[in-house]
Amino acid sequence: MNIAEYSGVWVFIEVKDGKIVPVSLELLGAGKRLAEKRGVELSGILVGYGVKPLANTAFEYGADAVYVYDDPIFKLYRTETYMRAIIECTNRHKPEIILYGATSTGKDLASAAATDLATGLTADTTILDIDADTGLLQASRPAFGGNIMATILCKKHRPQMATVRPKIMKAMNPIPGRKGEIIEEKISIREEDVRTKVLEIVKSATKQVRIDEADIIVAGGKGLGDAKGFGLIHDFAETIGATVGASRDAVEAGWIEHHHQVGQTGVTVTPKIYFAIGISGAIQHLVGMQNSGLIIAINKDPDAPIFNSCHYGIVGDAFEIVPMLIEQFKRVLTAEEVKNA
Amino acid sequence: MLHVVACIKQVPDTKVAKLNPKTNTIDRASAPAILNPYDTHAVEEAVRLKKRYGGTVTVLTMGPPPAVKAIRRCVEIGADEGYMISDRAFAGADTLATSYALTKALHKISQIRPIDLIICGKMTIDGDTGQVGPGIARRLDIPPLTSVNKVVEIDKEGGSAVVHRKLEDGYEVVKSTLPCLLTVEKEINEVPYSPMPNLIKAARYQPTIWAVSDLEDVDRTQLGLKGSPTIVGSVWAPPKPQGGEILQGPVNSQVDQLMDILLQKKELFAVKGGAS
Ligand SMILES: Cc1cc2nc3c(=O)[nH]c(=O)nc-3n(C[C@H](O)[C@H](O)[C@H](O)COP(=O)(O)OP(=O)(O)OC[C@H]3O[C@@H](n4cnc5c(N)ncnc54)[C@H](O)[C@@H]3O)c2cc1C
Ligand SMILES: Nc1ncnc2c1ncn2[C@@H]1O[C@H](COP(=O)(O)O)[C@@H](O)[C@H]1O
Repeated sequence: MNIAEYSGVWVFIEVKDGKIVPVSLELLGAGKRLAEKRGVELSGILVGYGVKPLANTAFEYGADAVYVYDDPIFKLYRTETYMRAIIECTNRHKPEIILYGATSTGKDLASAAATDLATGLTADTTILDIDADTGLLQASRPAFGGNIMATILCKKHRPQMATVRPKIMKAMNPIPGRKGEIIEEKISIREEDVRTKVLEIVKSATKQVRIDEADIIVAGGKGLGDAKGFGLIHDFAETIGATVGASRDAVEAGWIEHHHQVGQTGVTVTPKIYFAIGISGAIQHLVGMQNSGLIIAINKDPDAPIFNSCHYGIVGDAFEIVPMLIEQFKRVLTAEEVKNA
Repeated sequence: MLHVVACIKQVPDTKVAKLNPKTNTIDRASAPAILNPYDTHAVEEAVRLKKRYGGTVTVLTMGPPPAVKAIRRCVEIGADEGYMISDRAFAGADTLATSYALTKALHKISQIRPIDLIICGKMTIDGDTGQVGPGIARRLDIPPLTSVNKVVEIDKEGGSAVVHRKLEDGYEVVKSTLPCLLTVEKEINEVPYSPMPNLIKAARYQPTIWAVSDLEDVDRTQLGLKGSPTIVGSVWAPPKPQGGEILQGPVNSQVDQLMDILLQKKELFAVKGGAS
């Protein structure tokens, strides 16, 4: 492999329900910074059906060019078909870096493509940098269950690939009307040769709470004692119009469903306010919420590690403090309502 | 009769693992070795399919000799046979080299008994990548189905499998040809206590152990460290965020102080029951 033939930074642009998913826009921002440092172009690779117009969004968010595979065969995501597009496009145009969102689709696609491309893939990256001279990507990620950070390098193979956690990189401020080059690609895959068929897509009946979209999160942990105690978290959240989050131990105790879990094996969140109540602050929890705007911790153990990671902390019993907060908020918020009326 | 192979790994229990602050490496002695938690669900699912359709459950691992213990744990869950590939040449493998070595072992197993289905865990808790499963599927050129949280049906005669793949906002029902490879979510099943006969069988169980020389058509340059495109450049302790301000004074006053801080962002709070 002559690695000098490979140039440029690519971002796989994931589309869901006709829109580019947020992590892809974040990665265009991150990719732009890498491309500028290295002095190369930033391109997107867009696969789907009826997706071509979305290239314009990618340009506004920093892409210089977008490779488009627009074909009915790509209507629904399937590893087999999408992977073919990525592999063919990569072999034809030889980028030195490809970034994917660490979503279920991004991870699935990147793992399969990396095997065929016989190259390195770093999973769940949280920090990206590049050596301007050699183009060596430095992809850092939490390892060993978040106990350490490791920087992964791929020196002799191209493209260098990484999946990157959502909500960590910053998207550029979009520049309306910014233009770029659309490169239309063709691929011939016959439906009868594809071994997987999507029979049905079932959306959760109750619209599932997306804790990563919340402005305020009230998160509770094992310290609430039992499911009934965890009810306090729901009460507080409801009073202030917040979304409920949880530590893994609270989820494993069965007090709340997994999609509320914040952290390494849950969701990464960046709300404007994050309440950590009865949560000790294990590193695996912290990696999921440490970029929140304002972090408030309530814990009865003054030595709980969460106090090293919060903006303001109260050492005390949640069952004493939270009801007082609920009272105060009720008073303030109803006063507000009366005033507005 | 189905032949299901579960790929499993012994891992240090990262929940209790201690970091050596000088070298920033995991002090392996501090962490008991366990069967990767996600892989217990992979084995359990294989055992359930065997109960449903009849057949054989085989487990396969690549690891150092003590990993036999992880295979015994799988026998407790209900696996019939265990294979381990163990050789210095495998050491230092990243996900690409791991999937290569495991694929060679799977070839050999399939010569003994053709394989209908392979099941992997969602990810390991030491590597936490989730890349090895799809890697194996690609190398065998069979469909990878990741994030599976339910197996609806395996139809060996018809050569197809129907599963649910978990999505961010629901799930999709996918039909695939057999053989295929599943990576499974924790929620796919609950692993019950193992029945006594399994425990007795497991205690004495000796898996078949293969070295590189026992495998066929192996390109040694694709094994272990040599066959790994990625290397760990450096490791460091995660940055310790600095502590914030711990509020002082009697509880009432702490709550008042907090309210002052929070109400600076008053616009964020929903007015309960407010007309909007
Ligand atoms: C591979 C791996 C991945 C993981 N992923 C995640 C993840 O995604 N998210 C996650 O959260 N964890 C994760 N964990 C688990 C993590 O290591 C911790 O075990 C977990 O976060 C602890 O949950 P907790 O803080 O609720 O419980 P605990 O650690 O038990 O803490 C409870 C806290 O409540 C306090 N408390 C008790 N009573 C009261 C009271 N009345 N009032 C106020 N405070 C009280 C206690 O002082 C204590 O600090 C992971 C672990 C591993 C190994
Ligand atoms: N050394 C190994 N031996 C057998 N199976 C493995 C090994 N490493 C990973 N796997 C399988 O691949 C899955 C994903 O692992 P990983 O890519 O390391 O997160 C695991 O849950 C196992 O099913």
